[in-house]
Amino acid sequence: MGSATGEAAAHGAKPANRRGQGLTWVPAALAAAIFAALWPAMPPVAGGEVLRWGAAWVPSLGVNFSVLVDGLSLTFALLISGIGALVMLFAAKYMEGKYHSGRFALYLFLFMLAMLGVVLADNLLTLFVFWELTSITSYLLIGFGHADAKSRRSALQALLVTGMGGLALLAGFILIYTVVGSFDLAVVLASGDVLRESPLYLPILVLVLAGAFTKSAQFPLHFWLPNAMAAPTPVSAYLHSATMVKAGVFLLARLHPALAGTDVWLWSLTLFGGVTAVFASVMALRQTDLKQALAYTTLMALGTLVLFLADGTSSYAITGFMAFLVTHSLYKAALFLVVGTVDHGTGTRDARILGGLARAMPVTAFAAALAGLSMAGLPPFVGFIAKEVLYKGAGELALGTIVTAFALASNALMFAVAGIVCLRPFWGRPRGETPVKPHEGPWQMLAGPVVLSVLGLAFGLMPWLKQQILVSPGVDAVLGRDGEARDLRLWAGVNLALILSLVTFALGIVLYAAHVTLRDGLNRLGTHLPSLDAGWDRFLDGLKALAAWQTRILQSGRLVNYMAVTFVTLLAGLVAALIATGPGPIVLEMPYLLVKEWGIALLVLAGTGVVVSTNSRITALAGLGVVGVGVALIFITYGAPDVAITQLLVEVLVVVLVALAILKLPSLEPETGRRRWFDAALALGIGGAVTAIMLMVLEVPIDRRLSDYFEVTSWPEAFGRNIVNVILVDFRALDTFGEIAVVAVAGIAALALLKTKIAPTKEEDAR
Amino acid sequence: MKSVIVESGARFLVALLLVFSVYMLLRGHNLPGGGFIGGLVGAVGFVIQAIACGTESARKALRVDPSNIAMAGLGIALLAGLFAALFGDALFTGQWLFIGATEDSKGLPLSTVLVFDIGVYLVVMGAILTLVFALEEEA
Amino acid sequence: MEQILAILIGVLVAASVWLMLSRNVVRFLFGLVLISNAANLVIFTGGRLTLGAPPLIDEGAEAPPALVANALPQALVLTAIVIGFGLLAFALALVFRAYTALGTVDSDEMRLAEPPEGEEGAAPASRRATTPHLAREAAE
Repeated sequence: MGSATGEAAAHGAKPANRRGQGLTWVPAALAAAIFAALWPAMPPVAGGEVLRWGAAWVPSLGVNFSVLVDGLSLTFALLISGIGALVMLFAAKYMEGKYHSGRFALYLFLFMLAMLGVVLADNLLTLFVFWELTSITSYLLIGFGHADAKSRRSALQALLVTGMGGLALLAGFILIYTVVGSFDLAVVLASGDVLRESPLYLPILVLVLAGAFTKSAQFPLHFWLPNAMAAPTPVSAYLHSATMVKAGVFLLARLHPALAGTDVWLWSLTLFGGVTAVFASVMALRQTDLKQALAYTTLMALGTLVLFLADGTSSYAITGFMAFLVTHSLYKAALFLVVGTVDHGTGTRDARILGGLARAMPVTAFAAALAGLSMAGLPPFVGFIAKEVLYKGAGELALGTIVTAFALASNALMFAVAGIVCLRPFWGRPRGETPVKPHEGPWQMLAGPVVLSVLGLAFGLMPWLKQQILVSPGVDAVLGRDGEARDLRLWAGVNLALILSLVTFALGIVLYAAHVTLRDGLNRLGTHLPSLDAGWDRFLDGLKALAAWQTRILQSGRLVNYMAVTFVTLLAGLVAALIATGPGPIVLEMPYLLVKEWGIALLVLAGTGVVVSTNSRITALAGLGVVGVGVALIFITYGAPDVAITQLLVEVLVVVLVALAILKLPSLEPETGRRRWFDAALALGIGGAVTAIMLMVLEVPIDRRLSDYFEVTSWPEAFGRNIVNVILVDFRALDTFGEIAVVAVAGIAALALLKTKIAPTKEEDAR
Repeated sequence: MKSVIVESGARFLVALLLVFSVYMLLRGHNLPGGGFIGGLVGAVGFVIQAIACGTESARKALRVDPSNIAMAGLGIALLAGLFAALFGDALFTGQWLFIGATEDSKGLPLSTVLVFDIGVYLVVMGAILTLVFALEEEA
Repeated sequence: MEQILAILIGVLVAASVWLMLSRNVVRFLFGLVLISNAANLVIFTGGRLTLGAPPLIDEGAEAPPALVANALPQALVLTAIVIGFGLLAFALALVFRAYTALGTVDSDEMRLAEPPEGEEGAAPASRRATTPHLAREAAE
């Protein structure tokens, strides 16, 4: 297991870049400050208030930059900033002296901001933007050890999978907008009935679920998450347990009032969540790398969370959801940090080697034990309470039996994994030689695990505290009603949930005892099963092969072929447009024209004919000039003096420029051959199609609303009598700015092209 | 092909065209003209000088490198657009100041719109001269 | 006149497509000039033609007299002309540069970036000549 040997080596191999080294504590301090700033919002939000604050961002699109602080988002925001502060403190020490540690701290902080943006967004588009930012920052973090091919692959895989989901999500949001007419969360959440009855409900649900499931790594799109463990441990602790992967779950909870309550919602969430939970807990047993084992238990937790959002109304299920969410974030972040400390202290994360570390690393062992007991769901830890509520909620659900079965199976497996990860490495005898002599980590690395795991115990002993500040407000927000949350109790009497818990413990102990045998059996089985990870590779290979194939077909390396492909496509588009509109009643009539109008038309025709037929450069230039002047005459005849002047001036410059360069180029030679007959047919086809479309356009009455508006407002509002100029510099000034920027860039680019000295490549060199 | 007649004629023409280009620029808001046309006229003037007396002399007459003119113009246009933000308007909203305005006359109008058009003028002239000079020197 | 212009545009487009399909990049440039003109005419004609009557507001009036030429397509065409000129000038510089570097105006013979199949082996040598940093990397 090469992956299990510490990544410390992978990152430490490079010479340390010390830039920003002294400042790595700053992100942690800022995160703590954000946590402290959010804290005062707690009492009013717990009292049922919803705080909103916002500013217009893109008013014309209805996009506001606004913040929504209610029970759900505040719980998430506190977890993100609180755990963030601890993880960044850990990271500052963990990455000390390693390559680009300053950059690492910056990425981590940026990620935290993006994540806060997701949970606090009050607008679907704002939410989407931050959602994508979390994907991008997580890409940078997973691929942080970019010298390693495996890191790069994992990062790209995570980016592609979550990026595809992100696109689906955007499409879903836009569909929601078409139904509801607003991107504002307040409006969307209040329009649940409209959404559920809309014919677009199913596509919306599928797209939103695609976004949420990819982000929260639900089966069968889960494979990127275990791979993402290629990232340094603080990243795994933060992104891939406590925060980013919960974004999908958060989204489902956020949109719960708007989308939940249908059979499709119920079944898809139950099945995906349940299968993910059980599959992941079985996979977790297989792992020997502690970090991988934790990754799969994270998957299991995500599956469970999705499972409990499936029901539309049960307050027990949602209470269970919120309780488990908080509990899981606390113990999972703690455990990842513990594994990071173990890795740091021993140089390995291989469960087969580690044992008896408690003597060398007492504090770590203490934190691991607390967090592990919480994970296993033993009393009096908060994990026990969460599990009890989950069981109680499961019994209440529409698909109660299925959910209970899923929950029981995955909890028992979780119990066993907790034993493997949290107890086994620390107790008993050393099972093998560790690369580094085990030693305790520094306080910065211990603060996180200890604080988080002690919190898990404290919340277990004082469930009402957790309930008041973290759970109840969230439950109310998810359900959209007040006072719905069920009480969290350490002792609720002998009931079904307690019996189920006891069964879980019994099963868990059996599984733990047999886990080595099970692991080997599963591994033998696993080699025969198709791997989704490898399937993803094949999918990417196929995509690349397809790209290569069409590139070979379309990009032959000959300019004339490129042009031919482009023009054939153009012709197809034009003809398709003609067919789609149907041949309108085009009446060609012999127009009554002034002599000068006939004259101009003939002038342009003659010029065109000369350019096409001549083999002399000078004659062709003259022909171009004639066409240009003819077009300028058209402009001046039909009331466009500004355009005509511009055209004439440009024509002068074109002739000057072309004359300067063209006389230095070799003379034209007549081209013949069958190819030119094809070209001629294509040219005539496109010309004919353009004329036909133009004639049809002219049959349709013109919409002059915009022009009328400009005509009426030009003088009273923009104080200009030349409407064309007013449009250019006032009404559409931003456009004009873009256009002059293009002109300036063309000039600079041509300058660069002409002035750069390139060693002339002789034909012999190329051959 | 140097010719004394062309050279001295060109000098005169350049001066005339430059004055004319500024005239076109300034009258643009109310009559045919504007930054694009003005810039083109100005560019044609220097192109004539470059052809008649060589780019060396045209560059000297211009004093500033034409690509710098284009970039300065772009910056001026952008500033004119950003100016509106100071007053809380959307970007590129024209801001007007009428000096000595009375009931019937608007006085002397000053506006960011004119500044923007000056930016257009400079970009068009600078970019075209950049191109022409480069082509003439290299070709 | 609109219908006459529609036909004229068709002729211009056909001529420019024919020229742009040529192997000679100088002919291609001519096609580029013609197709810019054709595109401008499409926009202009699409906004309908009004004989005389430029879109100007008389001194003292609040709005133009009843029927003036459509100002919007004029504004679009005006910038399009200038941009079209920028594009043409850039293309011209490119063609000129290609000619001085490669010694040909036949696009079929410009195969430096995408050499014909079977000649791949020769490619690195030519690339090294044009991109010095690749040569440095190869040397390391």
